[in-house]
Amino acid sequence: MKNVRILGRNFRDGFKNVFRNFSLSFASISCITITLLVVAVALIGSLNVENFTKLISDDFTIVAFVKNDASTEDEEKIEAKLNKIGNIESITFVSKADTKKEMMESSETFKGIMSAWEEEENPLSDAYQIKVKDIEKIEKTAEKVKNIDNIEIVKYGEGMVDSMVSIFDLIKKVLIVIVIALVIVTAFLIVNTIKITIFSRQKEIEIKRLVGASNFSIKQPFVIEGLIIGLLGSIVPIIATIYGYNYLYNYTGGVIFSQFIRLIKPFPFVFYASVVLLVIGVVVGMIGSNRAVKKYLKI
Amino acid sequence: MDFIILKDVTKTYPTGVTAVSGLDLTIKKGDFAFIIGASGSGKSTLIKMLYREEKPTSGEILIGGVRVEKLKNRKVYKLRRKLGIVFQDFKLLPKLTAYENVAFALEMYGLTKDEIRDKTLKALDLVGLKDKAKSFPDELSGGEQQRVSIARAIVNSPKLLICDEPTGNLDPEMSMEVMKALEVINELGTTILVVTHDRDIVNKMKKRVIKLDQGRVVTDSEKGTYTVNEKR
Repeated sequence: MKNVRILGRNFRDGFKNVFRNFSLSFASISCITITLLVVAVALIGSLNVENFTKLISDDFTIVAFVKNDASTEDEEKIEAKLNKIGNIESITFVSKADTKKEMMESSETFKGIMSAWEEEENPLSDAYQIKVKDIEKIEKTAEKVKNIDNIEIVKYGEGMVDSMVSIFDLIKKVLIVIVIALVIVTAFLIVNTIKITIFSRQKEIEIKRLVGASNFSIKQPFVIEGLIIGLLGSIVPIIATIYGYNYLYNYTGGVIFSQFIRLIKPFPFVFYASVVLLVIGVVVGMIGSNRAVKKYLKI
Repeated sequence: MDFIILKDVTKTYPTGVTAVSGLDLTIKKGDFAFIIGASGSGKSTLIKMLYREEKPTSGEILIGGVRVEKLKNRKVYKLRRKLGIVFQDFKLLPKLTAYENVAFALEMYGLTKDEIRDKTLKALDLVGLKDKAKSFPDELSGGEQQRVSIARAIVNSPKLLICDEPTGNLDPEMSMEVMKALEVINELGTTILVVTHDRDIVNKMKKRVIKLDQGRVVTDSEKGTYTVNEKR
């Protein structure tokens, strides 16, 4: 109960201090706001790039066609061999009857022609759709599939996949580095701005120490102040994220360059991103003031 | 009963200055003692060691059975809660009223609002400032400000009140005002140590006088006086 009262009073003091020294608080708040805006862009960017990679991985499958004269036994052997290859997420067998049905459903023209085919006459091939675990190794996997007996043709998005995936991977890594660097830089800036605030309140700290306040209880209002500053600093970036991303999504129709590169749907994605921004703001604010106040608690 | 015991206490600052050397001193519970001496005689260092702002280089300091010099930094606040400290420059927060300045310490101890109000008003009453509770420090005279700081120092009913030049910034009339307040507190059982330069108040109060010179006790007399020829 005692500690709850102390915490309550420290929250009250934290709030008071933010608004009483608002010009200085404003410097810290702006500092967090600007960083978080950049972090928001980088965060949304890297999450979308991550998403592109995933979508591409999903879209690119190896399609292995089985020779038309292969028997059911042969197909069993193929399946057994495929399972041994490794780097394979899933194998789906698509019989020629299935393919025929699908094609007939997809267009009236096909329907007209194909409905005349008897079961025996179907010129299509049975096929395996193979999804790989690691898209970067798709080329090697495709090579292995090709070497299996009774496999005729192997298709996958050669070249394009490899280069796209590696570019996306690079972009993602760069963005993550930017985010981390910015967060660290802001933490330092916050330490310095809060140090200025504290400098003007050295007397208060000194008196608190003399009347027997523990270091923890001296620190607490400052850390709460940092929390409030972080909170206030993340308002603008969060609003910008929610509205900005929504606007971007609607403006582009959710697609950039080609159908492969689809943006993540805004909801609930923007809310997750907002929570991340809020947490970064609050944590940076708290760590910043904690470090800044430490210097004055030498005893 | 000896409340404060100093045994062979020496303090040498990192600059090489020895402020207190081989000092022995005992203060009884309920004592009212003046510590006098010229500038640089070690008065301030002595009381700073009592509230553990400074650590002695060697020797022992006991307050109410606690070895002060052995306290860990983060435990110092426990000692401070049992002491009241009054400074020459009052150390009041200008943006808080007299009441808030006194209540300030109690808030951090986590007392309830009612407890805080009772104790704060009692302390202000004791120094004769109950009717000025809502005044800000700059609306009060120097003597009144110092009495507010005394009220803050005694609000948690400490066993020991340490005053560092409490009348240093005050004219003689206000000084006596402050001394009377201290006398009332002493009569209620609080041990009081006053470091001072103020000859008048020492002579008027007729209390124990401990004179320091070059970090040692040179005279220690009950109902003593501060005479010119005694001065170095």
